[in-house]
Amino acid sequence: MNFRKPTGGAIDRNTVLRFTFNGQLLTGHPGDTLASALLANGVHEVGSSVKLGRPRGIVAAGSEDPTSLVQIETPYSEPMLLATTVELFDGLEARGLAGQGRLSPEPDPARYDAKHEHCDVLVVGAGPAGLVAALTAARSGARVVLVDEQNQAGGALLGVDEYLDDRPSAEWVADIVAELKTTPGVLVLERTTAFGMYQDGFVLALQKRTDHLGFAAPASVARQRVWRIRTKQTVLATGAHERPVVFANNDRPGIMLASSARTFLHRYGVLPGSRAVVFTTNDSAYCAAIDLAESGVDIPLIVDARPEAPARLATECAARGIEVRAGHVVTGTEGSSRVTDVHVAPLGDGHPDTVVCDTLLVSGGWNPVVSLFSQARGKLRYDSSLGAFVPGEELASVRVAGSATGELDLNACARQGRDAGAAAVVAAGFTPGGQVPLPVSDSRCTQRTGLVLWRVPGDEDASFVDLQRDATVTDVLRATGAGLRSLEHIKRYTTIGTAHDQGKTSGMIAAGIVAEALGVELADQRPTTFRPPYTSVSFAALAGRDRGELHDPVRVTAIHRWHVAHGALFENVAQWKRPWYYPRDGEDLHAAVLRECRATRESVGMMDGSTLGKIDVQGRDAGKFLDMLYTNMMSTLKVGRIRYGVMCGVDGMVIDDGTVIRVGEERFLVTTTTGNAAKILDWMEEWLQTEWPHLDVHCTSVTEHWATIPLVGPKSRDVLAAVAPSLDVSNEAFEFMTWHDTRVAGVPARVCRISFSGELAYEINVTAWHGLAVWEALMEAGSPYGITPYGTETMHVLRAEKGYPIIGQETDATVTPQDLGMSWAVSKKKPDFIGKRSFSRAENLRTDRKQLVGLLPVDPNVLLPEGSQIVETDRLPEPPVRMLGHVTSSYPSAALGRTFALALVRSGHERVGETLYVPVEDALVPVTVTESVLYDKEGARRDG
Amino acid sequence: MQLIPCPWCGPREEAEFHYGGQAHVAYPEDPSALSDEEWAQYVFFRENPSGPFAERWSHSAGCRRWFNAVRDTRTHDLIAVYRAGEPMPEVIS
Ligand SMILES: [Zn+2]
Repeated sequence: MNFRKPTGGAIDRNTVLRFTFNGQLLTGHPGDTLASALLANGVHEVGSSVKLGRPRGIVAAGSEDPTSLVQIETPYSEPMLLATTVELFDGLEARGLAGQGRLSPEPDPARYDAKHEHCDVLVVGAGPAGLVAALTAARSGARVVLVDEQNQAGGALLGVDEYLDDRPSAEWVADIVAELKTTPGVLVLERTTAFGMYQDGFVLALQKRTDHLGFAAPASVARQRVWRIRTKQTVLATGAHERPVVFANNDRPGIMLASSARTFLHRYGVLPGSRAVVFTTNDSAYCAAIDLAESGVDIPLIVDARPEAPARLATECAARGIEVRAGHVVTGTEGSSRVTDVHVAPLGDGHPDTVVCDTLLVSGGWNPVVSLFSQARGKLRYDSSLGAFVPGEELASVRVAGSATGELDLNACARQGRDAGAAAVVAAGFTPGGQVPLPVSDSRCTQRTGLVLWRVPGDEDASFVDLQRDATVTDVLRATGAGLRSLEHIKRYTTIGTAHDQGKTSGMIAAGIVAEALGVELADQRPTTFRPPYTSVSFAALAGRDRGELHDPVRVTAIHRWHVAHGALFENVAQWKRPWYYPRDGEDLHAAVLRECRATRESVGMMDGSTLGKIDVQGRDAGKFLDMLYTNMMSTLKVGRIRYGVMCGVDGMVIDDGTVIRVGEERFLVTTTTGNAAKILDWMEEWLQTEWPHLDVHCTSVTEHWATIPLVGPKSRDVLAAVAPSLDVSNEAFEFMTWHDTRVAGVPARVCRISFSGELAYEINVTAWHGLAVWEALMEAGSPYGITPYGTETMHVLRAEKGYPIIGQETDATVTPQDLGMSWAVSKKKPDFIGKRSFSRAENLRTDRKQLVGLLPVDPNVLLPEGSQIVETDRLPEPPVRMLGHVTSSYPSAALGRTFALALVRSGHERVGETLYVPVEDALVPVTVTESVLYDKEGARRDG
Repeated sequence: MQLIPCPWCGPREEAEFHYGGQAHVAYPEDPSALSDEEWAQYVFFRENPSGPFAERWSHSAGCRRWFNAVRDTRTHDLIAVYRAGEPMPEVIS
C-alpha cells in the first residue's frame, strides 16, 4: 500500500531510488530518509526490542528516535544506524535489528578525516532561532560557523507548512542561507552534528559528507569529517524534542510522536497511516491532527488529557469531523506488529472505550535540547510548566536561543536568536550590523501551556519508559523501591537513557516518574549529566586518518632498506622497526638465532644499533649534572673514555641504563635504551628546568643523527682494521671502554670499544647519511670471516648469556641496581645522586627482595616460558601458593649448548645452587639457580 | 579540550602539555640528613586538594618548558600560570 501523497514534501518524485529492507525490494525518492521511505511503503515494524523481542517501529522523525535501529549492508556493513537519520540512496540494503547490530569483520574502505576550524561565533542549529542568530553574527563581520544536523536548514520549519511573512517558510530560510553563504568568513555546514562541547569553546562536530551518496560517493572524498571547532562564543539553537506519555503497551509500531508524523507529512509527503487517534497533553498535536486530516487521514479522535480542550482548535477540529475528548487519556493499546485499537478512558477513573485505528500519535510536551549546554557545564533548572529541564544560568561564552530555552513561539524564538547573536558578537569584540527582521508566522497553534503528564496508570510491566532498553515503569519502581534516589543511580540501575539515543525522549519521563514515586519535587532533583556524544559517532570517524600506517609514526634506520632486501623479520621497539632476525632457507626463529649467535661468538657478526637513544649533553656543569642522574661517577670520566651507567628514580628504582662517553671537557654523549630515549631526555629537562636551573647544561637528542653498528666477535678487530686503515686497532692502542674518531670505509666515524655480548666488539658510529654505505663496506670486509648480520633476538641471547639486564624486561618499576647485582655501578663516594637516599630505606635493605639470577632447567632442552612463576616446592601446595618470582628472559643458547633463563627471585643471590620449580602447564619444571652470568665469567673473550 | 596558557607561548591545546604533579616540592637540600619518614614524604606524598592547586606543567609538544599553574581541581579552570622559579601568585584564598 502506498502512503505517499501525490504532492508535497522536499523530495524529488521524478527520481526513483530502489532499496531493500529485510530483503524486500522497495522504492523511495531523493530527499527521503530510510524511515520516510519505509513509512511511504506502509512499513512500520522495523525491528524488535533487545530483551523482550517485542516489535519496534518508528517513534520519531529524527535523531531522537529510540527504536528504528537498522544495519545497513551497502556500500559497507554498518550496525546500529537509525532509519530516521539514514538518507536514502539507490541500492541501499538495510535490515531491521533485534536491539543489537553486528560489526563488520572487514575494514571500512571509506576515508574519514578531521578539520580544525576557528571562529568568533559558532551557532548550533539552523532552525529559526539559529538562522537569525547566525545572520546577526555574520552581519557584524565576525567569523561565523553554523552547523546543523539536517541536510537542509530550517529546523522545525521543515516539519510544518507554515508561512512566514506571507510566503512559504522555505523561502524565508533560503534567503537567510543564501546571505550567509555569500558573506565572507561564514561557514555553513549541513549534515553536521555538534556532538561534544568542551572547555574553552571547543566543540566537536561530525559531518556526514558522502553517506547520502551511497555507491556514488567518490572514494577520494572523506565520507565523514570530525570538525574540531574552537570558538569564542557559541549560540545553542538546538531546538526541542517532543516527548511521549507512557501508558500500557505504548511500544507498538504505529505509535508515533505527533510532531514527527507531521514532519513525515510535510517534509516527505508521507502519511503515517489511514486512521490515526491523537493523544495529547498540549496544543501542538492539534496542528498535526488537522494537517493529517486535511491530507486525507481519518482522525476519529483527539484524546486531550487536559480538563478543557483549547476552544479555537476544538472548533477547527469539529469543522473537520474530529472528535475531541478532553479530560481523557489513552490507557492501553492492542495489536501485535502494528497498533490496531486504542483504549481511551477519563483521566483518573472510568470505563475505557476502544477505538479502532492503525496509528496513534502522542504528544506529552517538549523537552528543550540542553545536552550541549549541560556538557558546557551550564546548570539546568526544572521548569514546572513545561515539565522539562531548561538552561538555568547564563554562561559567559555560551548562549541559548529558541525552543532550547523552552520557548515555543516562533517569533519569540527568532527574537531570542537575534538577541543571542548580537550579544555573542559583542562579547567577541564586534559591533552588530544590520538588524535581521523577525518573521511573522501564520501558525494556527498558539503554544498554550500543556499539562505535565508522565504516565497513565496501567499495566506497569508493559508501560515502556525507554523503548530501546525495554525498561518499564516496573523497572523504575523497582529501583526506587530498592532505595535508589539519585537519577544517576537509577539511570544505571534501569539502563534508561543509556542506549544510542541517550534518553532523548525517555530521560525526562524517567525523572518525572522517579519524582512521583519518591514524592519529591523535580525542582529538587539533579538531572543526569549529559555527556558526549550527543548522537552516535563511529570509531572510524573518531580515528579519522589515524589508522593503518598513519596510526603511529614508523621509524626506520638509515640501513633499513638493506634489512628488508636481506629478508629480515622486524620487531617493533617503541616506534622503531628493528631487524629481529635474518632467516635463511626456511629457518625458524630458533634455528636462525642459534646460527647468528654461533657465528658471532665464533667469528664475527654485526647489527644495526642505530635506534639506541643518544643525547648530547653539553655545558660547564655537564659532569656535575650527570653525577646527579647516574648512580656512578661521570664527572671523573676522562675525555676519550666510556663508562656504563645506571639511572634511578628518586625511589631508587632503575629507570634506564646505557653508556656515557666523554667527548670533551664540557661535552658528553649519553646513550639510552631504544624505547626510553624520549623519556630520559624529558627526565633530564625536568631536573634541569625545575630543580637545577642554575646549572649550565644543555641537552639535545641526536638519536637520528647517527647510524650505529656494533661489530662483534673475535674477528671484529680484523674486519675493523680492513675498513679503518688509519686506526691502530691493537688492544694496547685501542683499549676496552675507549673511543676514537677515525675514518671507516672512507667516511668520518667514531668507534667505541664497548661490548654488550662479552665478545671483543666495536661500535661504529657514522652520520646517518653514510650508514648504509658503511654497513655494506663492513659486510664486504667481513665476508672472508663469514660476517653474519644479526637481529635483536640474537642480541638478547648474547647479552643474557652474560647476565646483562634489559631495562623493562629484567626490570619493572620495583628493581634497584642492587637487586640486579650491580652494586659495582653504584658510587659510594658521591654525596648524593637521584635515588641514593632510597637505597637505605628499610624496604630496600630487605634480604628477601627479588634479585636477578640465572636459571638452568635440569632438563637442558626445556625452554621456560618468559613470565612463568617460580615456586619453592616440587609439588604445588594448596592455594595461595607463595610465588618466589618470575622468569624474565629465556632462550636456547648455542654457546651453552642448552636452554637457560634469567629470573627475578626472592633472596635470589642467596639461593645460588638451590633447586626451584617453575610451573609450566601441568608440570613443575625443576631448575637450578645460578649467578646471572653464565658465559665467560672471567671475561676472557673481551679483548679478542 | 582545554586551552592552557603557556607562559612562554600563549594559549595552546591541552594535548600539547604534560602534567607534572604538585609544584613547589623542592628536592631536599641534603637527603642523607632526612629520616626515612621525611624522605618518604618527599618521594611518595603529595597534596590532593579540592580547589586551587599549584601544579607543574610541561609544554612538552611546544616550547618544552616547564612552568607552574594554579588550577582549581573542581572546575579545571587555570587560575594563574607562572614561569618556573617565579613565586606563586596570591590566588589561593
Ligand atoms: Zn610553550
